[in-house]
Amino acid sequence: MSLLKVEELSVVFRQRGREDVRAVDGVSFSVAPGETVGLVGESGCGKSVTSLAVMGLLPRRGVLVEGSIAFDGTELLTLPADKLRTLRGRDMAIVFQDPMSSLNPVVPIGVQVTEVLVRHRGLSSGEARAEAAELLRRVGIPDPARRLREYPHQLSGGMRQRALIAAALACSPRLLIADEPTTALDVTIQAQILELLKGLVADTGTALVLITHDLGVVAGMCDTVHVMYSGRIVERASRHELFASPRHPYTAGLLASVPRLDRPRGERLEPIQGSPRDTLPWSRGCAFAPRCRNRVDECARAAPELHGGSHSLRCFNPIEAKAVNR
Amino acid sequence: MSSEPLLSIRGLKVHFPVKKGVLLQRVVGQVRAVDGVDLDVGQGMTYGLVGESGCGKSTLGKAVLRLVEPTAGTVVFDGVDVGAQSPEQTRLLRRHMQMVFQDPFASLDPRQSVESVLTEPLRTHGFTGDGSKRVRELLDIVGLPAGAARRYPHEFSGGQRQRVGIARAIALNPRLIIADEPVSALDVSIQAQIVNLLEDLQEQLGLTYVVVAHDLAVVRHVSDVIGVMYLGALVEESPSDELYAEPLHPYTIALMSAIPIPDPEVEERRQRILLTGDLPSPVNIPPGCRFHTRCPFRQPTRCADEEPGLREARPGRKVACHWVEEIAAGRIRAAASAHDPTATEVGVPVT
Ligand SMILES: Nc1ncnc2c1ncn2[C@@H]1O[C@H](COP(=O)(O)OP(=O)(O)OP(=O)(O)O)[C@@H](O)[C@H]1O
Ligand SMILES: Nc1ncnc2c1ncn2[C@@H]1O[C@H](COP(=O)(O)OP(=O)(O)O)[C@@H](O)[C@H]1O
Ligand code: SF4
Ligand code: SF4
Ligand SMILES: [Mg+2]
Ligand SMILES: [Mg+2]
Repeated sequence: MSLLKVEELSVVFRQRGREDVRAVDGVSFSVAPGETVGLVGESGCGKSVTSLAVMGLLPRRGVLVEGSIAFDGTELLTLPADKLRTLRGRDMAIVFQDPMSSLNPVVPIGVQVTEVLVRHRGLSSGEARAEAAELLRRVGIPDPARRLREYPHQLSGGMRQRALIAAALACSPRLLIADEPTTALDVTIQAQILELLKGLVADTGTALVLITHDLGVVAGMCDTVHVMYSGRIVERASRHELFASPRHPYTAGLLASVPRLDRPRGERLEPIQGSPRDTLPWSRGCAFAPRCRNRVDECARAAPELHGGSHSLRCFNPIEAKAVNR
Repeated sequence: MSSEPLLSIRGLKVHFPVKKGVLLQRVVGQVRAVDGVDLDVGQGMTYGLVGESGCGKSTLGKAVLRLVEPTAGTVVFDGVDVGAQSPEQTRLLRRHMQMVFQDPFASLDPRQSVESVLTEPLRTHGFTGDGSKRVRELLDIVGLPAGAARRYPHEFSGGQRQRVGIARAIALNPRLIIADEPVSALDVSIQAQIVNLLEDLQEQLGLTYVVVAHDLAVVRHVSDVIGVMYLGALVEESPSDELYAEPLHPYTIALMSAIPIPDPEVEERRQRILLTGDLPSPVNIPPGCRFHTRCPFRQPTRCADEEPGLREARPGRKVACHWVEEIAAGRIRAAASAHDPTATEVGVPVT
């Protein structure tokens, strides 16, 4: 049973004097308790807008949100604001890429974590402080009692990200959305944070939506992966399928462009030509067509639909499937 | 490696004073951004520098080009001691050594057309030939259309801007290019284009590179030799092929194990060595081995009070660790805390 079910989600930004921006275009995915689902794609493909839409954090004015977002059976798009707010602190939480922008710079870390505990779990302030220290310890912050009194700028980037995760964990959310949670961090700190998130999913059955552009992170973390391009999901598969037999030309192109540390050196990289800017509007064909090596005539005439079951594809001329023994 | 290195660095230190007070500024400490580095880069080679944010990679690159003044040490370029030159000689030397930056947008003036960005270095260095012909040539070399000359930086994508940045760097036919995070601001699919371009230029123009980056997979792909930095010092230097196969310094071991590999099968088999805590401040570099506060192999003797020098532990492989032989032979293993970030104890000698 899925905990979060997003169906045909579209987000359109209307800007005065300019063309509408359809940032998310008919995206569907679901996450079950204890499952980690990945959203991958290059910058601007709509990952963050999707996560903001799920959390109900998009501005109301000038933004059109369509489709359905059901959390544990409750439709969020029509839920009154106060009910949504309660749900957001207690059952669903989000961690952003830039921890500085989501922590209040003039409020000590401890107050920001205890606030959530007092508000959503009704703890006394003493209880909340003890619990907050325990949370900081759990996310690997040394000397938590002292750190609780410090302000965000006094912590390193890695510690701020951990403090933010601690705040997100304060209510043991059933759904956690992590939007590029380690992109700004060094790899050794990234390894700590990813280990922490893995433990959380395994121990408490939290459903995790992990947003990243790093295919290596996806390979180690996600059960199911959704590859996005220009606002739409173009390929969806279990991580083993996706990496062993990528079938969408964009996915295969991404995998061929990254050098691998565990492979002999010296093979030339095979980049995708052009840039994510060179897209065709979906209304005119496949958005990836201007950069695609597998392009056929049909690609510039109509938009391909997303087809298939556990391994779905949006492509007229996909790459041959490889046998995957799993 | 050829006999005479093109670039030779000895005992390089760059310290920045930390000041306090408003009127009478007192110096209360030193940021030891680069803290005694020796390295050689052979003609036509690529030297990769890796390490965590703040470990001094960019400062080292800038010190080579004299964009920051070293506190101590020498930089010798093609037999010439860079620090002993007059300002005019330094200016002339600089045309042979150029820099490519991380954020191509930040390093380009938004009001300058590409043509003017590219002719500027030509003018300052007294180029008398046909400027616009050279611009067309440069654009062609980096894979931009000739029409790009009349356009402005904001009209380009990140990858195209990086091509402009590279065109500017090669305008004067330099011999050495220091590329500071040349691809880290770019989308994955674009990174490969720029990596290939840098490789092609090296071949065509006989360039020597120092590539600074935190993405080890990219650095390893382009480099012949890799230097791993930690808190201002090199802790390991190795031919790039051997570094992943067998990292020797405990920091390199942890760093390598932390890098995610885009293959679920590999990820499932991997054993991660987690480092506890954060990078210490470069104002307070730990005494003894600078890595000892986070080292999962730390021993009760020597580590905390005796600084290990960079020494040849194997042919062609330099490591700054007292215990490298014992660790490589498996006689010292990582502490259990390396697999559980909440535990705290030191490395265990196997008896
Ligand atoms: N002008 C300066 N004044 C004082 N401190 C400085 C100055 N420039 C750099 N530093 C400090 O020196 C240290 C090394 O900085 P540097 O920019 O060389 O690191 P880096 O390895 O390039 O890091 P990154 O990966 O984040 O680019 C840092 O602690 C930095 O804050
Ligand atoms: N507030 C906004 N107004 C207009 N366009 C926006 C806004 N936020 C995002 N967009 C656009 O929506 C698209 C998707 O953005 P985003 O979800 O942030 O991408 P990413 O996949 O990098 O997270 C981009 O084209 C972006 O420019
Ligand atoms: S639909 Fe056509 S253009 Fe689009 S990815 Fe498939 S083959 Fe390429
Ligand atoms: S000298 Fe000691 S602390 Fe330093 S790296 Fe070697 S084992 Fe670790
Ligand atoms: Mg984003
Ligand atoms: Mg730097």
